[in-house]
Amino acid sequence: MRRSEPGPERPGAKCREREGMNRPELLSRRFAAMIGWLAFASLATLAILGLWVAPPDAVQGDAQRLMYVHVPAAWLAYLAFGVTALASALYLWPRTRSTVWDRVAGASAELGVVFTGLTLVLGSLWGRPVWGTWWEWEARLVSTAVLFFLYVGYLALRRIPGPARAKRCAIAALVAFVDVPIVHFSVEWWRTLHQEATVFNPDLDPEIHGTMAFTLFFGVFAFTLVYVYLLNRRYMLEAMDEGREERELEQAIAERTRAAELVDVAATAASPTVGAGARAREGDPGMRSAR
Amino acid sequence: MSLWREAWLVAGKDLRIEARSRVILYQVLPFGVVVLLLFAFALDPSRGLLPRVAPGLFWVAVLLATLLAVSRAFAIEAQNAARDGLRLSGLDGGAVFLGKAIAITIELVVLEVVLGAGVFLLYDVEVGSVGLLVLSALAATAGVAATGTLYGVLAAGLRVRETLVPALLLPVVAPVMLGATRAWEAGLGGTPSDGWPWFGLLALFAVLYTSIGMLAFGPLLEEA
Repeated sequence: MRRSEPGPERPGAKCREREGMNRPELLSRRFAAMIGWLAFASLATLAILGLWVAPPDAVQGDAQRLMYVHVPAAWLAYLAFGVTALASALYLWPRTRSTVWDRVAGASAELGVVFTGLTLVLGSLWGRPVWGTWWEWEARLVSTAVLFFLYVGYLALRRIPGPARAKRCAIAALVAFVDVPIVHFSVEWWRTLHQEATVFNPDLDPEIHGTMAFTLFFGVFAFTLVYVYLLNRRYMLEAMDEGREERELEQAIAERTRAAELVDVAATAASPTVGAGARAREGDPGMRSAR
Repeated sequence: MSLWREAWLVAGKDLRIEARSRVILYQVLPFGVVVLLLFAFALDPSRGLLPRVAPGLFWVAVLLATLLAVSRAFAIEAQNAARDGLRLSGLDGGAVFLGKAIAITIELVVLEVVLGAGVFLLYDVEVGSVGLLVLSALAATAGVAATGTLYGVLAAGLRVRETLVPALLLPVVAPVMLGATRAWEAGLGGTPSDGWPWFGLLALFAVLYTSIGMLAFGPLLEEA
């Protein structure tokens, strides 16, 4: 109910007091809206650049155009997990401990998982026409898949209510983050030791055309804007979710008090003596009728 | 009391419980052997495939058994408010971590000896370098025991503990699975010199996660 009221200023001193350390949104509404529109416009521009302006690849043809979303998605996945690790460390550090960092870590990890999944799917779609296979046991693919499951596990932990959830999650995020370079190097080592020719054939990797390079960098820019916008949205959702239970409780208490009053009024109006007697016998009929 | 003495007290307690309850011996160990048999059913033994893939199968069986051992290590703390006892004991959090990890390591080493014998007998493998096999197995076991203990306490007290630990633990120990399998391939049939870099990776993993666990265990135990 409070959420639907316009403007960043919310009435009620009590509400503001509770949300003082506990900011309900990361960015101001105006700034968030601006980022949102900018992200939308840059995605549209990216589509035009990637689909029409950039020339088709000499070897791969139009399949190569997937790179303009695949590479930015991969970049975002790493950015998101980096932000999760940083926010988790800030949460664990006593001087900067705040639910703000916990929410940022959770929101960013969720986006990271979505974009890692997107990276894998896009890579697979690209691999089919270019490599002739949906999946290749190539180092980067394998480590990305492990990365995906590392953070799926983290998200599973986040969903569980329990004592000290934020602290558990922060430690789990750091444990997962430390694992990322180990996974990366072990997989790299494994595939290069045992595979004679890597699928990243130098012939398939020609020099990047000027427009293509620009489109790629523009894609990274556009996706970063999308990330910032979505991070803020996800953060707001997380904050609302946390406040929901408290609000539901308050609402339930208010409803029951009101219902009790109504029963009281009705009983008094019908017959003052009977109403009072019934209440005395049944304990608290107001609470029961409120259900 | 020194850190090691405290750790040994905790490890001794866990191992004593195990010696009396025999859950690992009667439940986890047969489970591991059955997994080895199942692999043989899945991959036709007559085609000579088993000796080649034996190292990988061995380590998959060990990892699956590790999940059970970790679950068991924290199930014994869940009963009779044992976790409160551990918290109130005044033992250092790092020492408790080390103790529980040592107990899991010892249990897993016993399991690996039996499974190793099983692989040797059932899968018809040739042993090349015993030193590489033993050292890489110890490093890998210490690594999975440390991460298992860390995730065990991370999920302690949660109703979904049993299903959460595998989801968290298996992706993290993926490099151990990889490293231990390569090291054992080198130690069984291949050239042992190929395996030593993998032993280095396993040792690094074990040291890294033991350090993280010792730092994080205390705060996690406080609020579990």
